Amino acid sequence: MSQIAHSPHAHAPVSVGRIMATVMAALVPATLYGFWLYGWPAIFLWSVTVLTALLAEGFVLRIRGLDAKPALMDGSAMLTAWLLALSLPPYAQWWVGAVGALFAVIIAKQVFGGLGQNVFNPAMAARVMLLISFPVDMTLWTSPMPITGANAPGFMDAWAITFGGAHWDAMSSATLLGHVKTEFTRGIDLLHSLPGFFTDSDVAGSRPGSLGETSALFLVAGGLFLMARRIITWHGPVAMMLGVALPALIAHAIAPAHFLGVLPHLLSGGLMLGAFFIVTDPVTSPNTNAGMLLFGFLCGLLTWLIRTWGGYPEGVAFAVMIMNALTPIIDRYVKPRIYGRTRKGDALPAEKGA
Amino acid sequence: MKLFSRFKPQGGVHPDGRKDLSADRPIRILPMPEQLFVCLQQHVGAPASPVVQVGDRVLKGQLIAAGQGNISAPVHAPTSGRVVAVGDYPAPHPSGLPMPTITLVPDGEDCWAELDVPADPYELAPEAIAERVAAAGIVGLGGAAFPSAVKLNISRKTGVQTLIINGGECEPYLTCDDRIMRERAAEIVSGIRLIQRAVGCREALVGIEDNKPEAIAAMREAAKGSAVQVIAVPAMYPMGWDKQMTRALIGKEVPAGGRSSDIGVLVHNVATAYAVHEAVVLGRPLIARLVTVSGAAVKIPCNLEVPLGAPAQALFDYCGGYAEVPARMVMGGPMMGHEMPNPNIPVVKGTSGVLALTHKEIGQPVPSPCIRCSTCVRACPVGLLPLEMAAQIRVGDLAASVDIGLKDCIACGSCSYVCPAHIPLVHYFNYAKGELAAKERAKLKQEGTRKLAEARTERMERIAREREEAARQRAARKAAQEAAKKAAAEAAAAAQQESTPA
Amino acid sequence: MLIAVASLTTLGLLLGLFLGVAARRLAVEGNPLVEEIQAILPGSQCGQCGFPGCAGAAEALASGSAPVTLCPPGGRDVVAALAAKLGVEVDMSGVKDSGPTVAEVREELCIGCTRCFKVCPTDAILGAAKHIHNVFREACTACGKCVDACPTEAILLRPVPVTLQSWYWEKPEERLAA
Repeated sequence: MSQIAHSPHAHAPVSVGRIMATVMAALVPATLYGFWLYGWPAIFLWSVTVLTALLAEGFVLRIRGLDAKPALMDGSAMLTAWLLALSLPPYAQWWVGAVGALFAVIIAKQVFGGLGQNVFNPAMAARVMLLISFPVDMTLWTSPMPITGANAPGFMDAWAITFGGAHWDAMSSATLLGHVKTEFTRGIDLLHSLPGFFTDSDVAGSRPGSLGETSALFLVAGGLFLMARRIITWHGPVAMMLGVALPALIAHAIAPAHFLGVLPHLLSGGLMLGAFFIVTDPVTSPNTNAGMLLFGFLCGLLTWLIRTWGGYPEGVAFAVMIMNALTPIIDRYVKPRIYGRTRKGDALPAEKGA
Repeated sequence: MKLFSRFKPQGGVHPDGRKDLSADRPIRILPMPEQLFVCLQQHVGAPASPVVQVGDRVLKGQLIAAGQGNISAPVHAPTSGRVVAVGDYPAPHPSGLPMPTITLVPDGEDCWAELDVPADPYELAPEAIAERVAAAGIVGLGGAAFPSAVKLNISRKTGVQTLIINGGECEPYLTCDDRIMRERAAEIVSGIRLIQRAVGCREALVGIEDNKPEAIAAMREAAKGSAVQVIAVPAMYPMGWDKQMTRALIGKEVPAGGRSSDIGVLVHNVATAYAVHEAVVLGRPLIARLVTVSGAAVKIPCNLEVPLGAPAQALFDYCGGYAEVPARMVMGGPMMGHEMPNPNIPVVKGTSGVLALTHKEIGQPVPSPCIRCSTCVRACPVGLLPLEMAAQIRVGDLAASVDIGLKDCIACGSCSYVCPAHIPLVHYFNYAKGELAAKERAKLKQEGTRKLAEARTERMERIAREREEAARQRAARKAAQEAAKKAAAEAAAAAQQESTPA
Repeated sequence: MLIAVASLTTLGLLLGLFLGVAARRLAVEGNPLVEEIQAILPGSQCGQCGFPGCAGAAEALASGSAPVTLCPPGGRDVVAALAAKLGVEVDMSGVKDSGPTVAEVREELCIGCTRCFKVCPTDAILGAAKHIHNVFREACTACGKCVDACPTEAILLRPVPVTLQSWYWEKPEERLAA
């Protein structure tokens, strides 16, 4: 009798694997742009990170006595590593990516119970771990040297950079947020430190930064694609951008010498990647649209606070992790209203009047 | 006059309609099958009790089983013929368990019993209309199968302002309501007028999904000059849920645990309105209904007018048989219908369709872990958190799932349909509801048996006490008697002594 | 150092005093546990646990001298409820639970001796002398006393038959994939 199937006897053409594949497709433009911008070292780093994650996932699943194939095919480990790679400095050595991927997959995901069970976004957890453990390697920024350019490292040079730890001439550079923070510590305010370092028109993202975080243009395009495919909703991203933009707008208006404006905030660091690809991570974000608005806004606000007053120049990863921890609380208090009931859960009053 | 709904429905999904398979073919009449298996419980409530015996000859429309109790409905012979069995037959139910059923062999004459046709049905007293609806065995034909007369009586007593006629038919594949509105709109409007009269309400709204333009046009044409308004509502699943339709049409919600009449509304299905017309105007009881026969495994999908009790196989056969071996046969729609354990399951009053589906149509996805994507939360028309409820049921914490709304779940299947991890969410919910109901029954039984045991203990003690008392009394009596005897003897002896003077 | 030791000692003393006073002033009269446990037990006083009726069993359970698995007619549900009430872990795999059962009289063997309904704790057996007896299912707790009392082995404990009213969906199978 148990062979009798329960309704429904039809199913929407969706699957976890398809969702992951769509998200990865949405990351392709920004990733390819990053590859072009930073050349072979970026390609090597990305490959090492993704490969390590896949091997780690398969290994852990084998230990847990589960069939590794369907879980590997769903693409979740690859997506985690992909997002992590995009948030790394492009000239970081191979072990940075490998250690990060191992941490993301084994500690941040499988130890919690695997897909769907993790409390923290694995990519962000790994990034935070790397940032705290290897601050020097994680802030080794480089100026863009397009792969086609004359001064870009060739294949063998890149091999030496990624796998041998070799240095490259144009390597030492700084991100906007890092530069601003350093100058502040030297007593130089924004009015003097910013000119020449940032141009408002830099939407494409040709500047020092993480592998795949600099191009607002391509990241927004990917995010819009995901919204069109109904994989994500607008609530999280818009709320996060508002969470950064509103305080930035107010503070900048009051003291332009001490607070960065809206555009540098929005276009810098991991904000665009975070807003469209991290905050929208289904596993670690709230269930409801209203919850997403709150979650996203607080992510943005915390990011702004950390960037402005924190010890680190960038705060997206920290902000997201703090909010991940708050997700169960948001889910507990922000619920949809049940039909025929008040928000508190009591039955609506009968109303006879026409 | 409103033409389109102004209120936004909550949640819902947009499954592939597949209505084109059967929507454009006119209604055909199923030839009488060789045997009819007429179930005695085709409705919510107590089963009907048979009033015929094996061997009896019955006429079309003759009462063969009478309703029992307050919530029940009688059953009538779908055609003339002979009763060959009164006993158990597999029920149209996912369990496939037997149900009391009257088996009828039609005689082919289709000879009507004498019908009670009123002179002017629209002048009947409201109570008389409800009585006729009850006597005709009419139940909600949208699938819920709740006895219609019961609803009419409640609504008449509590007073309703708005009659809503549900032309939602949101289940994929099903087109029987669509066809009945296209072809028999005048009769439906007549039924609506009768229901209005029965409950005494002036406003009557017919809500039809906007993916059925022909039905909307036909109903508007038929409703011209009457108080009946036809309103287009957005096509989505589950728009045919009566409470969703109510929200879409008048923007009000039925309080949790309450009835539509609590907000002055009465909801009936279009096919029910048609059945009311048949019963009150023509005096015909509910003995046939429209059934959609569809699915990619059916050669010629269409809508059939089917005598109740016809086995599903007869419907498939008449529709040209199978185009390929069906992977699954379903009674009802694909979202809420149930798999038929075999194709000989009979059509009942609540059967809106029989489907023969292919592997491609059903898909048999393997469940994977929940990724908390919350698609189910957005899809739920009730506003529940299916992912949380299922997680709690999975670990056995049924009480927690009730706390967050399990009892409000209508089992519409929207969450299961959209789940990218293919988790059988509704299956979890129905399991939990069944388990909770069984626990409740067990608890009631335990309380009952405890009372019985206490009563027995008390009785036994009383009996023992009484016995003891009786024994004591006996002993006392005996002692008293003996004492009296002794006293008498002593007295006698004394007397003797006295009488013998020294 | 001295200050730390002194302050911690004072703190400990004060809190201990507070706990002592609280235990006195907020003490619960009597032991409500026995009655609560009795409410969980079937109450048919069948005696299969070896105690004199359900009240005796409840006292033994409350004092911890009997295992929560002592009640055969109660089945898994009662074991789980008792374990929850007493806060003990229990290995449910050891609990025999063939699902709920009821007594059934085999008519061809029944001689109408009335012995069974004399022992039935819930008066669930109907009949009269020299007539075939019948079991009223709703009242039967499947305690088995009638089975022992029957001289012709005409009474059996059978699983409660599943009907359309009592049937419900099984729990979906646990998935195996990660």
